[in-house]
Amino acid sequence: MIRFEDVSVTYEGAARPTVAGVDFEVPEGELVLLAGPSGVGKSTVLGAVNGLVPHFTGGTLRGRVTVAGRDTRTHQPRQLADVVGTVGQDPLAHFVTDTVEDELAYGMESLGLAPAVMRRRVEETLDLLGLAGLRDRPIATLSGGQRQRVAIGSVLTPHPRVLVLDEPTSALDPAAAEEVLAVLQRLVHDLGTTVLMAEHRLERVIQYADRVVLLPARGAAPVTGPPAEVMAVSPVCPPVVALGRLAGWSPLPLTVRDARRQAPPLRARLSGAAAAAHTPAAAVAATATALEPADAAAHRGATAADASATRAADTSTAPGTGASGVVAADSRVAGTARAGAAAVPRPRGQAAPVPGRPPRRVPSGAGRRSLFRRRPAPGQEPPGKHLAQTRALCVRRDHVQALRDVDLTVAPGETVALMGRNGAGKSTLLGSLVGLVAPSSGTVDVDGAVPHRTPPRDLVRRVGLVPQEPRDLLYADTVAAECAAADRDAGAAPGTCRALVSELLPGVADGTHPRDLSEGQRLALALAVVLTARPPLLLLDEPTRGLDYAAKARLVGVLRALAAEGHAIVLATHDVELAAELAHRVVLLAEGEVIADGPTAEIVVSSPSFAPQVTKILAPQQWLTVAQVREALR
Amino acid sequence: MRPGEPGQPCGSGHVVSARARTAVATGRTVPGAPSGRPSRAALHPGAWWLWAVSLGVAATRTTNPLLLCLLISASAYVVAVRRSPAPWARSYPAFVRLALAVLLVRVLFAVALGSPVPGTHTLLTLPEVPLPHWAQGIRLGGRVTAEAVVFAAYDGLKLAALLVCVGAANALASPTRLLKSLPGALYETGVAVVVALTFAPHLVADVRRLRAARRLRGRPDRGVRGLLQVGLPVLEGALERSVALAAAMEARGYGRTAEVPARVRRTTAALTLGGLLGVCAGTYGLLTAAGGAYGLPVLLAGVAAALTGLRLGGRRSLRTRYRPDPWGARAWLVTGSGAAVAGLLTLASVRDPRALHPGVVPLVAPTLPLWPAVAVLLALLPAFVVPREPS
Repeated sequence: MIRFEDVSVTYEGAARPTVAGVDFEVPEGELVLLAGPSGVGKSTVLGAVNGLVPHFTGGTLRGRVTVAGRDTRTHQPRQLADVVGTVGQDPLAHFVTDTVEDELAYGMESLGLAPAVMRRRVEETLDLLGLAGLRDRPIATLSGGQRQRVAIGSVLTPHPRVLVLDEPTSALDPAAAEEVLAVLQRLVHDLGTTVLMAEHRLERVIQYADRVVLLPARGAAPVTGPPAEVMAVSPVCPPVVALGRLAGWSPLPLTVRDARRQAPPLRARLSGAAAAAHTPAAAVAATATALEPADAAAHRGATAADASATRAADTSTAPGTGASGVVAADSRVAGTARAGAAAVPRPRGQAAPVPGRPPRRVPSGAGRRSLFRRRPAPGQEPPGKHLAQTRALCVRRDHVQALRDVDLTVAPGETVALMGRNGAGKSTLLGSLVGLVAPSSGTVDVDGAVPHRTPPRDLVRRVGLVPQEPRDLLYADTVAAECAAADRDAGAAPGTCRALVSELLPGVADGTHPRDLSEGQRLALALAVVLTARPPLLLLDEPTRGLDYAAKARLVGVLRALAAEGHAIVLATHDVELAAELAHRVVLLAEGEVIADGPTAEIVVSSPSFAPQVTKILAPQQWLTVAQVREALR
Repeated sequence: MRPGEPGQPCGSGHVVSARARTAVATGRTVPGAPSGRPSRAALHPGAWWLWAVSLGVAATRTTNPLLLCLLISASAYVVAVRRSPAPWARSYPAFVRLALAVLLVRVLFAVALGSPVPGTHTLLTLPEVPLPHWAQGIRLGGRVTAEAVVFAAYDGLKLAALLVCVGAANALASPTRLLKSLPGALYETGVAVVVALTFAPHLVADVRRLRAARRLRGRPDRGVRGLLQVGLPVLEGALERSVALAAAMEARGYGRTAEVPARVRRTTAALTLGGLLGVCAGTYGLLTAAGGAYGLPVLLAGVAAALTGLRLGGRRSLRTRYRPDPWGARAWLVTGSGAAVAGLLTLASVRDPRALHPGVVPLVAPTLPLWPAVAVLLALLPAFVVPREPS
């Protein structure tokens, strides 16, 4: 159906081809996954399928690409529109009309389908993608996930024989991603649609792929094969594969189900290892945070992890701590567990404030909190010192109650993951912590300041936000200029930002234009810019969108080091693996309300959509990441 | 497991998908989303535009500030009660501000540059800047008379009223929705125009977002400097988005044409060109004294030829329409009310020019002529006949 014959693409002004030696075929009705680190030219390969590369982007394409027998050399993208449906990375750039229903119809109108057919297909697609309630909504008012579904729906309606998707689930919450993937699978199975997609979150898609085309490096020829074979050699792989490699399973499992079948011996070994570490809960508590992946551990030193592990074991010798799986059974127990969890990542010698307060949903805690309300003490390290706090925070935006009575406390050194479906209010909460959104009632207090009333210049030293679109933060036309500006803005010593950039983003030249950076590089640059002011509270909105596993591992290492230095980190994310690896605490939001707030292990383990793969594989034991397992097996 | 088997991780698959489905059924339906509404749009967008344009025409017929204010209030009332919560509806305040700016600029120019209106009531005398003789006819500074200021204010108010009417049309019906009613041959051009038009609102949204982002960098997010510094990134972003949009449109079949026999293509070109020429010649004929005889027939023939050309040209376009907006009784009523206002005011301006153009020299207080005022109130009709847009 799609055929690449020795294709190489060289963009204008580039010395080397972006992709070279691409030679593979996608048979009809297959779902093929294009994998590889970021910046290897996945988008270029995808663009070549519908002819946008090179007809639209410029550059030289050597070789031949044919889709459904049509050569893209002789066919303009618009002449391929009836066989290829394409959804790019940014759904917002994709929309031509301004309401959902019109958008779904647009492609069909261009192809000249009969009105009756259009009507039927729009209704079908609205149901298929769960968009029926949104049909009249202006697209500008939709949340990220909703937009993604509308974008996919809009190319589905003309019933193309080939679907090309660039990161279709990156911006979606786990449930919405499952749904989109279920739709894709149904298209492949029932309609024989051929799907070619690039996706960084392999854990979500690998199980659906018939074959994987792996682009190992920029300009390198792709490796094509069945998923299990390719994953065995891939530089990027999902946790289930990583665990399989670690345990030496063969054949390599791609799904949680396959992995569970092979898991009993590993579980036995692990429970043995856990018994050796006194109580299983202590092991969980310890590993929950002693979680350096091998590569990141190198630069932090294993001693700190060891020390903290012992400390955690000490903290949790209190009877009952083992019940960390029981959701907040007893306020004191949960409190201690959290104290343990938060205390662990701190390196030795650092004053460790105790963030352990009773979880907020426990009724007995309410009285105590109202006592605290009388004395908002930004004073010198009282037992309950917080870095940021919201109380009864409500935000209304455009007639929508975005946040309702949100109470959230963030302690120094703590990493909190905000999770919840698209549009649940995560970004609004971050926005109000950084003063972009004024509360309609309730209070926000960040490091003793009220964010939306604090002049920006002071605020950057208290709190920094890396927005969902990191590009918004970048103005200058070179990395060097960006860094210099960041130093000036933050009043930091010249070179501070550049040093951070070199640390986060090795090998980026001074003269590079921020726009030419890959998604992950841009994020790192924005992060460096924000960190230049050394804010004690760091907020990240969907930081792993568009990041490959290597970039993600680097980000995890960086964030963990920051947390160890005492930075509090709040991240809004859909990435359960990231939350499992990084967060001490998870706060679940739904429709603007906090519905759960507790240690990561508790919250994540008890939820089918938010449990990371490793947890699912090794249940009922409570493991969160491959790194923990690796640590325990040592 | 073979890929594609419905096996789900860890037996929780059913739970997940069931949850997801409930989420779709309940959670994802944003509060206030309309459900089970009979038709999509309450009114054909063309009706709103015709209504607003008619009001604009009416506004050009008078300089009476009382009538103009009445007209503006009437349109503002309709907008207030009938606009949808959609983002484009929020452009109305921007248009009002623009109108105010126009009014102010008009008055300021009259003050600074003088005015040809003779007057006796001197308000103040500005220092006059002597200009070289080649700039004769231009005056800087000098005497400012009440007559000149009032005249400028009346004139400015007329322009402001026009702008407010356009703003009302924008707020009540997105220009994109108008597109659906364009003939096939003009559709592609129409899309290009509309995309160009939405460039501005997107730019405004970008400026807002980037100014907010400036806050994150620790720079003040207000003030002119803030605006200037985000200028380049905003333009860059807007340009990039336009290119991305163009790519998406191209990939979705924008500009696909049907195979048309060369004969038809040539006929189309000939008809359209000839028709346009005919329209030009006919108009010229109508306007000159000598061509009264041939003017009208040539004009009509030209129009007919151009329309046939457009129709034939439509054959090249494959486009079909999805749920075209119906033109119903309400649309007639709304359009009719606008047309009535325009017609009656035009009539009044012929019958009673003094009431509609209150004198400036000598200065008199404008009075509200009764029946033109009643005519203007007809513009309120849509507020009562059009059902409310769902919020």
